[in-house]
Amino acid sequence: MQKMPPWADALLVPLLSLLIAFAISSVVIFAIGENPVEAMKLMVTGALGSSYGWGYTLYYATNFMFTGLAVAVAFHAGLFNIGGEGQASLGGLGVALVCLMVPWPHWSLALIGAVVCGALFGALWAALPAWLQAKRGSHIVITTIMFNFIAASLLNYLLVNMLRPVGSMDPATARFPAETNLPGLGEILGAVGIPFSTSTPANVSLFLALACCVLVWVLIWRTRLGYQIRAFGKSEKAAVYAGIRPVRITMYAMLISGGLAGMMAVNNVMGEANRLVLNSVEGAGFIGIAVALMGRSHPFGVFLAAILFGFLYQGGAELALWTKIPRELITVIQALVILFTGALDNMVRQPVEWLFARAGRGAK
Amino acid sequence: MTLTRTLAGGAATLALTAGMALAEPALIYDLGGKFDKSFNEAAFGGASRWVTETGGTYKELEMQSEAQREQALRRLAETGSNPIVMTGFAFGDVLGQVAPDYPDTKFVIIDMVVEQPNVKSVVFAEEQGSYLVGMLAAMASKTDTVGFIGGMDIPLIRKFGCGYAQGVKAVKAEANVILNMTGTTPAAWNDPVKGGELAKSQKSQGADVIYAAAGGTGMGVLQAAADEGILSIGVDSNQNHLFPGKVLTSMVKRVDNTVFDAFTAGEAVEPGITMADLSNDGVAYALDDNNAALITPEMKAAVDEAAAKIKSGEIKVHDYMTDNTCPAASF
Repeated sequence: MQKMPPWADALLVPLLSLLIAFAISSVVIFAIGENPVEAMKLMVTGALGSSYGWGYTLYYATNFMFTGLAVAVAFHAGLFNIGGEGQASLGGLGVALVCLMVPWPHWSLALIGAVVCGALFGALWAALPAWLQAKRGSHIVITTIMFNFIAASLLNYLLVNMLRPVGSMDPATARFPAETNLPGLGEILGAVGIPFSTSTPANVSLFLALACCVLVWVLIWRTRLGYQIRAFGKSEKAAVYAGIRPVRITMYAMLISGGLAGMMAVNNVMGEANRLVLNSVEGAGFIGIAVALMGRSHPFGVFLAAILFGFLYQGGAELALWTKIPRELITVIQALVILFTGALDNMVRQPVEWLFARAGRGAK
Repeated sequence: MTLTRTLAGGAATLALTAGMALAEPALIYDLGGKFDKSFNEAAFGGASRWVTETGGTYKELEMQSEAQREQALRRLAETGSNPIVMTGFAFGDVLGQVAPDYPDTKFVIIDMVVEQPNVKSVVFAEEQGSYLVGMLAAMASKTDTVGFIGGMDIPLIRKFGCGYAQGVKAVKAEANVILNMTGTTPAAWNDPVKGGELAKSQKSQGADVIYAAAGGTGMGVLQAAADEGILSIGVDSNQNHLFPGKVLTSMVKRVDNTVFDAFTAGEAVEPGITMADLSNDGVAYALDDNNAALITPEMKAAVDEAAAKIKSGEIKVHDYMTDNTCPAASF
C-alpha cells in the first residue's frame, strides 16, 4: 500500500508536529500571563527578522549540524552515540592546543590545523567506547555517556591546573593569537556585496558544516564504506554473512562520528570565543541527538533540523532576554518541539497516513 | 527591505535616546541564574533593596549561553543602560573587549579585575572571611575533623577552601580538613542531593563541622548536616536562619552591597579596583539570634581578635590566587 508521498513524509509531518508544539507552548505562555502572539512574534523577529538574528541562529545551527551529523553517521551503523558532548569538548581541547602552540601565519592555515586536530581529538575520544563495543560488547550508550563525564573532569583539571594563565580567576585558556581568528559571516558576505551584521558569532565554520553535510551524504550513499555502514546498521548478521567485518565498521563509524563532533569546536572555540572555556559545548552534543532524530539521519534533514534548533535557541534567548518570560519556559518550548517531532512522531504520522490512504482510495 | 530596515533603525535610535534620558542601571546574572540561592541571588537582593529604597527601575538579564555575553553587554550599552553591573568572572574577557567601545558607559564587574578606564572591578577577599569561619569550625569541632564542600573545582572555590583550611590550622594545627568538590560540570552548582551525600560521607570520616561553598548545592549540605546532628557553615548570604541552631555561621560575601552601591552611585560610579575585605565589611562571618548559642564568648573573642589582626596586617591570610598554591591544603 502506498502510504503517503515523500514530501508529506519529509515536510508535512514535521511541520504539523511543530504546529502542535507551538500551540501547546502558546497555552503555557498564556497561562503564565504573557501574550503568546507577542512572544512568538518576538521569537521569530529575534531569530530571523534581521541579519543580526540570522547570525546567531546560524551560529547555533552550525554547532548542531556538526553534532547532528555525528549522531546520524553512528545511527546508520546502528550505534547510538550520545557522547557528542564529550567528543566536542575534547575537540575543543585539540583546537585550543593547536591554536595556542603553533604560530600560525594566516587564519586559513590555522583553520586546516584546527579542523584536523579537533577532529582527531574528537575521534580519539570516541575510539575507546567504540573499541569496547566492538571487542567487548560494552554497550555504546553507556560508555559514551560515561565518557562525557570523564571529558568534563579532564577538561576541568586541565583548565584549572595547566592551561589557565596564572592569576586569572577564569578557568579558561589564554586568548588565541589574532592570526587564528576566523572571518565572521558578516565579513565574508560583505566581501561579495551582501550586507550582513558583523557583530554576530557566525563564521566561516558554517561553510565547513555545509561541506560536511555533503561529504556525509557522499560517504553514506555513494561509497563502499557507507554501504557497509548501512548494511551493518540494518542487520549485523546479514552484514557479517556478506563479509563485512563488524569490528572494523564499528570503529570506522564511531571515529567518523567522533571526528564530526570534535569539529564543532572550530565553530564555538575558535570562531566565537577565541579561547577554550569550561562548558564550551553547552549541551550541543545532546541537541545533536534530537537534530539527527528529527532529520531522520539524512544530512539534508540534519541541516534543516539544525536551522530549526538554531532558531529555537536564538528566538528563545531573545525571549528570555527581553521579556519577563522566565528562561525555564524556553526550555519547555524546546522540549515540546523535541517531544512532538521526535518521540511522539507517530501521533501525527498515523492520522496523516490514514488521510492520505483515504484520499488515495477516493481517487481510485 | 532596506527601507524598512532604515525605518526600524530610526525607531531604534529614538528608543535609544529615550533610554539615555532615563539612564537606568542594568544587572546581568551569570549562567547560574537569578535564583541560585547564593551569588546571583545576593546581587538580586541588592538590586531589590535599591528599588524599595529609591523607587527606581532597572533592567536585568539572565545569560543562557556563553555566546550571549557580548550580545547582552553591547545591547544594554547601546540602549543607554548605565551603569551595567555583571556578576561573575566569566564576563571578564568579554568586558575587556566591549568596554572600550562604550567610553560613556560605566561597567561594574564582580569577582574579576578588568583594567579599563570605565570599569569598576570589585573583588572579594574570600580567603579572609573563610579564615574566620575556619577558626570557628575548628573551635566548635569535637572530633578535630572538619569538612569543606565546594561546587566546581575552579580557582575561586579553591580560594574559599584555602582560607578555610588556614583558619582551621591556625586554631588546631593537627586538625584534619576534608576537602571535596561536588562535580566538574555547571550542574555541580545546583545539586543538593549530591551535596547531602558528600556531607554524610564527610561525617562518616569524622567531620562534625562542614563548610559549603557550592551555590545551590550548599542547601543539601546544610540540610544533611542538620539531619545528621552536626554543624554546617553557609556561604555568600547569611544562611543561619535556614536551620536555626544547626548552622554554625555563614561566610557572608556582600555582593548585594556592591550592586546596591553601584546602582546608588549611578553614572558616577568610580572606575578602578575595589577590594572588598574584612576592613570594609565586604566579607564577614555572620552572628545573629539563630547561631548565638553556638558561638561561645571565647570563640567570638578569638575570631574578633584574628579579624583585627588581619585588618592591621599582623596576620596574613594566603590568597590562593596569587600563586596557585595553598600552604594549608592540597587540592
